[in-house]
Amino acid sequence: MFETIDQIFVLIKHWLLGYVPGALQPISSAILSVVPVIIAFPLLFAITTVLERKGLGRMQNRYGPNRTGWFGILQPMADGIKSLTKEDIVPRTADQLVHFLAPVVMVIASFLVYAVLPIGRNMVIADLNAGVLFFFAIGSMVELSVFMAGWSSHSKYSLLGAMRAIAQMISYEMPLVLSSVVAIMAAGSLSTVTIVNMQAGYTGIWPHWYVFTPWGITGFVIFMIAATAESNRCPFDMPEGESEIIAGYFIEYSGFKFALFFLAEYLGMFATSAMAITFFLGGWAAPFSFLTWIPSYVWFFGKLLTLICAFIWVRGTLPRLRMDQLMNFAWKFMLPLSLINIVGAGIWHFMPAGFTRWTVVSLLVVLSCVLLSRGLRRNKWFHVRTYRFAS
Amino acid sequence: MLGEGIVKGLAETARNFFGSYVNKERLTTVQFPEERLPQIEATRDFPFLVYDGTDPEPGLRCVACQICEKECPPKCIYIVKSADKKPDATGKAQFYPAQFDIDISVCMSCQICVEVCPFDAIKMDVEFEMSSEDRFGGLLLDKYKLAKSNEYYNKIHPTEAGAVDAALAEERAKAKLAAEAKAKKDAEVAAAKAAAAAAAASAPPPTPDATPAPAAAVTSGETK
Amino acid sequence: MTISFLLLAAITIIGTAAAMSLKNLVHCVLALSLGLVGLAALYMQLGAQFVGFTQILVYVGAVAILAAFVIMMTRSANPTLTNAASSFRASGPLIAVLVFAVLAWATISGTSAQPILTAAPEGSVGQIGTALMHRFVLPLEVIGLLLTAALIGAGILAMDEHRGTQHRGKQ
Repeated sequence: MFETIDQIFVLIKHWLLGYVPGALQPISSAILSVVPVIIAFPLLFAITTVLERKGLGRMQNRYGPNRTGWFGILQPMADGIKSLTKEDIVPRTADQLVHFLAPVVMVIASFLVYAVLPIGRNMVIADLNAGVLFFFAIGSMVELSVFMAGWSSHSKYSLLGAMRAIAQMISYEMPLVLSSVVAIMAAGSLSTVTIVNMQAGYTGIWPHWYVFTPWGITGFVIFMIAATAESNRCPFDMPEGESEIIAGYFIEYSGFKFALFFLAEYLGMFATSAMAITFFLGGWAAPFSFLTWIPSYVWFFGKLLTLICAFIWVRGTLPRLRMDQLMNFAWKFMLPLSLINIVGAGIWHFMPAGFTRWTVVSLLVVLSCVLLSRGLRRNKWFHVRTYRFAS
Repeated sequence: MLGEGIVKGLAETARNFFGSYVNKERLTTVQFPEERLPQIEATRDFPFLVYDGTDPEPGLRCVACQICEKECPPKCIYIVKSADKKPDATGKAQFYPAQFDIDISVCMSCQICVEVCPFDAIKMDVEFEMSSEDRFGGLLLDKYKLAKSNEYYNKIHPTEAGAVDAALAEERAKAKLAAEAKAKKDAEVAAAKAAAAAAAASAPPPTPDATPAPAAAVTSGETK
Repeated sequence: MTISFLLLAAITIIGTAAAMSLKNLVHCVLALSLGLVGLAALYMQLGAQFVGFTQILVYVGAVAILAAFVIMMTRSANPTLTNAASSFRASGPLIAVLVFAVLAWATISGTSAQPILTAAPEGSVGQIGTALMHRFVLPLEVIGLLLTAALIGAGILAMDEHRGTQHRGKQ
């Protein structure tokens, strides 16, 4: 019975496909796989906006929105209506076509990456052989749309914001990819389905998740930090710093296009969190072997919600990083640490199971972390200020 | 320790988050408009005209001296003096405003009109929820909308109103005393005149230098 | 010549032709990325998934962004591209036709006239990795050396300005 509940969506899809004539089956199979994702993740986006505003409010000792609906639950509806009915202002000197296409490209790229995420057992839209590579490739198209948005708005603020955003996204793409290499190494394949299947076993009641290894937890932390930076979330939201350059690269967008950018950013956040779950937290696998009766998609979304709450928590806590602090952090700390993490994962693989490999790899990772952070802190030199006109 | 600051920060926000559900004192938000914060007594929003008694027409303290109109910085007051006079609270005949308009979309609540009014006729109200959908006339308050009773003034600014009432009562008492004294003097003058007239009527035809002397003696005695 | 091949070929040709002929430089860069995406899709249609995704990752995600950065930092207003330096206007298309003719001759004379009936070799990622580590390990190391040299050069170029201030700061 639990099997049926677990595979309910797959069974429904096969049942519906039975009613479709043979020639149309491939295309309707694709559509039937894609439509739930297109419905579920924007719904999650709506829920996240309310969760974030209420959560941030409570953390800042205030209520969040509580006027629209019970506990503000209909706030996204109000936001949607507002953004749809706002006047769409495009600057006269803006590049009209590129200005229009930028949010479109961003949303397309953000939606495309959901094709390789395993949401449950046997529930993935496309089981690609090089799924992880597909994810990172499409993720890099987001930067192109950021450039389009920033350049076409023909405004200094947006150009500056776009430059900073692209610099930040490129710098953090390296630790993102390299920290996922450890999971790929451990699983032995680039296919996301294989990576999750490798983590779905249990020894006793303990799961085989990669996060429960020293290289796994380091990889997870690096991946989450890089994911925060990739989707321009606090504390890395310098490109869209609300109090400084107002809205950065989407300053000239109003109404629904702004909502599309917002949607794309949050979808990117969900996609990278889902990827972190796939790589390190075991995808749709239950944490203990006696909990496998709960359906796999429930576990997936539960973990996703936990990570989203972690994002919101971090946003409510940390101040914004300055641009140079951000770049230093990426290139001088995260990148070497992720490379050393790969070495550690390799050592783990070749050493026999037991206490020694735990200590060796943990020591390697912790030591490099401490030394790198010391190096990062020492590099702050203070220039002697010279004044040109004051004596 | 590495990352200690971040961990402490996260603990702090977590404490805020869970604490806000446990004890409500953490949340200092006031759910306007169901709950309101109490206003202090010296709150001021827009001016209103004070009238004594129950009827705004005869009781309005404003005598259309137009000082507030001249002193108002954004010139939001518009007064049209009346043609006739009506008696005010002390009985003296005064002008009154035939038209007294304040445009509260222009008014900046500086209270200068209140400070310069010599008759304590215009004071600051505490009502602020006066939005209107009529962009042009909805925020133009005329004399009838502006006139509010002295009881209302006592209710919103008790201390101030008490002081004003005391001052006005004192003034009116003094005025009454002065009026009574003047009335007595007038009565005495009239009586003296009547007595003199009676004396002049009853006495024989006076000699030219006899009548001025008693009249002069009477008037000189009176002025002492 | 399936419909998907024709569609992808059309996208690629339109993209690259637009990249050559458009006046606005930013439009050229974006059209070029469209052409490169079309090329990547063609790779994937041939069964080379790894190469296709790497093409997107490297070309669209890095090379196009590099071009975009260059444009952002060097040009401010809407530029008008100057004409080609050559006075013979048809030299460009002529050279392109010549190169195409040479390539076509090489391809046709190299392969046999009949179409290949055996199944294409599976270019899975695992096989590529194994080949890189066994057969092609020397080119891999040489490429690694080249990249390291490039990184060090970039680091030196970016670092020189700081040296003066560093000494001043340490006093």
